Amino acid sequence: MALEAVIGLECHVQLRTRSKMFCGCPAEFGAEPNTNVCPVCLGLPGALPRPNRAAVAAGLRLGLAVGASIRLESVFARKNYFYPDVPKNYQITQYDRPLAEGGELPVALPGGTRRFELIRIHLEEDAGKSFHPERVGDRPVSRLDFNRAGVPLLELVTRPVFREPAECAAFLTVLRRLVRWLEISDGDMEKGHLRCDANVSLRRVGSEALGVKTELKNLNSIRGVERGLGAEIERQRRALAAGGEVEQATLLYDAEQDRLQVMRTKEQAHDYRYFPDPDLPALRVEPRWLEEVRAALPELPWARAARLEAAYGLPAYDANVLCEQRELADYFEGVVGAGAPPKAASNWIMTEVLRRLKEEALSVEAWRARMPAEWLARVVARVASGEATAMSGRAVLEEALRTGADPAAVFAARGVMVLRAPEELRPLVLEVLAEHPGPAAEYRAGKTKVLGFLVGQVMKRSGGTAAADVARRLLEAELAKPARSGGAAP
Amino acid sequence: MGIRREEVRHVAELARLELPEDELERVAAELSAVLDYVRALDRLDLEGCEPPSFASPLSPLREDRVDERRLAPGEALAMAPQADGSFFVVPPVVENLEP
Amino acid sequence: MSGAELWRLSARALAAAVRAGECTAEEAVSAGWEDPAQEWEGDVHAIVHADRAARTAGAAAAALSARGTDEARPLAGVPVVVKDNLCTRDYPTTCCSRILEDYRPPYDATVVRRLRDAGAVVTGKGNMDEFAMGSSTEYSCYGPTRNPYDLSRVPGGSSGGPAAAVAYGLAPLGLGTDTGGSVRQPAAFCGVLGLKPTYGRLSRYGVVAFGSSLEQVGIFARHTGDLALAYALLAGEDPFDATSRPGAVPDVSGWDTGVEGLRFGWPANLWREGVDAEVVAGLEEAAGALERAGARRVPLDFLPGEYSVASYYLVATAEASSNLARFDGVRYGRRHEASPDLHSLYTRTRGSGFGREVRRRILLGTYALSAGYYDAYYLEAQRARARIRLEHQAAFARCDLLLLPVAPSLPFRLGEKTEEPLAMYLSDIFTIGANLAGVPGLSVPLPPAAGGLPRAVQLVGPEDGEGLLLRAARALEMRGDRSRLERRNEAEFAWPSRR
Ligand SMILES: [Mg+2]
Ligand SMILES: [Zn+2]
Repeated sequence: MALEAVIGLECHVQLRTRSKMFCGCPAEFGAEPNTNVCPVCLGLPGALPRPNRAAVAAGLRLGLAVGASIRLESVFARKNYFYPDVPKNYQITQYDRPLAEGGELPVALPGGTRRFELIRIHLEEDAGKSFHPERVGDRPVSRLDFNRAGVPLLELVTRPVFREPAECAAFLTVLRRLVRWLEISDGDMEKGHLRCDANVSLRRVGSEALGVKTELKNLNSIRGVERGLGAEIERQRRALAAGGEVEQATLLYDAEQDRLQVMRTKEQAHDYRYFPDPDLPALRVEPRWLEEVRAALPELPWARAARLEAAYGLPAYDANVLCEQRELADYFEGVVGAGAPPKAASNWIMTEVLRRLKEEALSVEAWRARMPAEWLARVVARVASGEATAMSGRAVLEEALRTGADPAAVFAARGVMVLRAPEELRPLVLEVLAEHPGPAAEYRAGKTKVLGFLVGQVMKRSGGTAAADVARRLLEAELAKPARSGGAAP
Repeated sequence: MGIRREEVRHVAELARLELPEDELERVAAELSAVLDYVRALDRLDLEGCEPPSFASPLSPLREDRVDERRLAPGEALAMAPQADGSFFVVPPVVENLEP
Repeated sequence: MSGAELWRLSARALAAAVRAGECTAEEAVSAGWEDPAQEWEGDVHAIVHADRAARTAGAAAAALSARGTDEARPLAGVPVVVKDNLCTRDYPTTCCSRILEDYRPPYDATVVRRLRDAGAVVTGKGNMDEFAMGSSTEYSCYGPTRNPYDLSRVPGGSSGGPAAAVAYGLAPLGLGTDTGGSVRQPAAFCGVLGLKPTYGRLSRYGVVAFGSSLEQVGIFARHTGDLALAYALLAGEDPFDATSRPGAVPDVSGWDTGVEGLRFGWPANLWREGVDAEVVAGLEEAAGALERAGARRVPLDFLPGEYSVASYYLVATAEASSNLARFDGVRYGRRHEASPDLHSLYTRTRGSGFGREVRRRILLGTYALSAGYYDAYYLEAQRARARIRLEHQAAFARCDLLLLPVAPSLPFRLGEKTEEPLAMYLSDIFTIGANLAGVPGLSVPLPPAAGGLPRAVQLVGPEDGEGLLLRAARALEMRGDRSRLERRNEAEFAWPSRR
């Protein structure tokens, strides 16, 4: 019996606002425990919530970006359940009238682009943090910090459209890029800015009906999503294969131990007693505001990647890498705009720039402050035109970064950048062949691959100024001549 | 329509209210009397009556600004039945599965 | 001026005396706390938290700019008794519940802050039914308040403490909350004015919530002019309350301009049965007085109150079940210490911290919202509420305000209804409608009944109709007789006759 998995995701995006969802406490991360709290987010008697316009705007941005339909009058509801990190013992969320419904997220997969459909996007408040179990004296306890309580979240729910854990991972990668692109969240899963739960069931291939589903919580990294889902699908598959049934349950994935833990079964399911929050009037979005948000929306990452492909003739791979971050795509277009050929600019950014960003943990912004697009364009353009070799271009970039000088000045100070004249290069070629008789012999014996090594040696001797194509031609010519006996015994 | 003992017990559990067994019967009777009374609503013509929406004519939104209501350091914990200097303290709990 | 006279003054007269330097703010706020007022407090038990130091500090703050203009400190040095569910930094705020024993809020309710900004001084926290759930102030963890007119009777509730305190002269003004009549009914039982404003007109920020969509802070006063002044000072949008009513606050400065031409609705179908004869007689008297003052009676039929009671006890308890979930012994308040695990911490803290009536209502509200019952109870109650709103709108198309009873009976005896929840609920049958419809209501005292017990009528107006209500209240205060006004000088107030 062939089985397939049916997976739906619920993703929580922590918004990057100055203040919390319903009060004026800072929403920042990392303060001393229980200091970013006020009567509202601590749930003190008498306190009342008032929604944050910026959080609603973030919801509108995400909703519009995925093509969801925005509800001009949505409703905040109370989700009632007792839990110590939920200060009021209810969470303010949206229930039957969410901010946005429908929409889809296009995700590039190996087999082509899939458009994963969404059910809804709604606003809600985050819970505090509990640390457990810990000890006070000899008693085990939990400790509570309410700094995070009330920080705004967007919850995004997909249709059960995924069949493979890898699709879910790809979806999350795209979602993460999108929320960063829209500047509504830092999107860091490790820091909990992006959290994911999944509903999983198995069914016979070809069947339309859904099987009994389980809910998988706490998938807090993209790798965790793939592995946790893999483990749960395997668990269900084994249960069904053994003739058993899947029990409706909520499970927790422990990434460290790669283990699933049953938290709650059907009998323990909650009755949340949702009802409209009487402290909050319906959330009205004025059509004019919505249009303003729409107008201010940046070109979306998938649209931009398509445009980079079409307008600059870049391969899809390059366009996607450059659209990983909006700032990077901006930088690329800045470099091209300053005169660098597009493909060369893309190559330089994907290798030289991204490597340094990674090694030095730099943001694109910080990089840009040190190496403006116009500067990088000078390096790229000179190398592309053959006025400088790639190697000397890299050396100039290095020096410009080290000294803070304009690459144009570095080029000027270095003088001649390319040695093209055969009469100047030939002595270097001969020296290299004399010094490396082994590789030369190998070449003559048919292992032509060593030519690259020999070209590199010429380059090194020239201090990076040798034109690689000339050096190659000279080497080939020399190696085509019979090997000098050099007094070697017959 | 009355309410049974079992339902009272279930509702008390939802509401996290300890209710001694010997009170269940009395509470069930009291609640049943009230629930019978509220069935008066069945006699009311509610054709076309939808729950009032509390939409305010003005936007109830606030600007994204930090305000002055934040408690002074230590003020929150000073109210706590149990705290350890930086944190509120409760008996051990399992992972919160929400939101 | 001596303390023995100061307590008789209206809020306006007292503030004027303080501003003119005829007495100090300290003297003004202390007046009610000296004999003979203290003898009354011993019998009545209107106050649950009092604190001489807080009073003195408040008076000192009021004194700072007491000599400013009338506009700057209109209530300079005026003592106010505030119900114990309004947050105050300088007094505990317990809602008269064991679960909030000793709780001191780190902030003032917006209405309390506005009082203080106007120069008023909170001189005590008024007794109440626990979490405002009750109609007699008997369900208080501090014990009941008694009616100053008859100590064997209840002062009404849930705001019985502030109502009784204003009645016996501890302060000229009091604040309560009115979720289903909790200001108007105790005002009627204690012979003072009690206003429940239009929903959203006074901020609920810092009001410990019971039924959020129904409740309003209400004002107790002995004089219509004091009531108008206090309303004007307290009303207005609050950025901390999203349900705050936007737009201009109704102008009540014309409270003394008469009722010439005003049409009052007369839904006599409501008191054909189940209403005491004294109450009906009071309605007739009030109608006569209004007519003599130039108003016109418009007979009409109105939706019987049982529908309101039914809708109210589902909506209010549903909201309460959620509002009161935060009292769990984790962050503040009283925790049941013998709780080995979290679950028993919750159930024991809440089981022992809440009184019987509160537990009953939490259970009812939880039930009304729970899976399988939401549509039949909560949703239907909300739909009924929409119908009740429409009924009010239809009535106000035909008249300017409604004349109604406040309660079906005169003050009842202590213990008379505590064992019968439903009977207690029915004492709100005439007041609940205004809460469901979000419209203002005002309880206006009439001359006492033959036995000396206070009587009252209720005026209910359309949204923002506070000005109309105050004009009609003024007409009843004068009872159409100018000479009476001369005798009932606003600088004069007599004790209730002591029984
Ligand atoms: Mg959620
Ligand atoms: Zn806060």
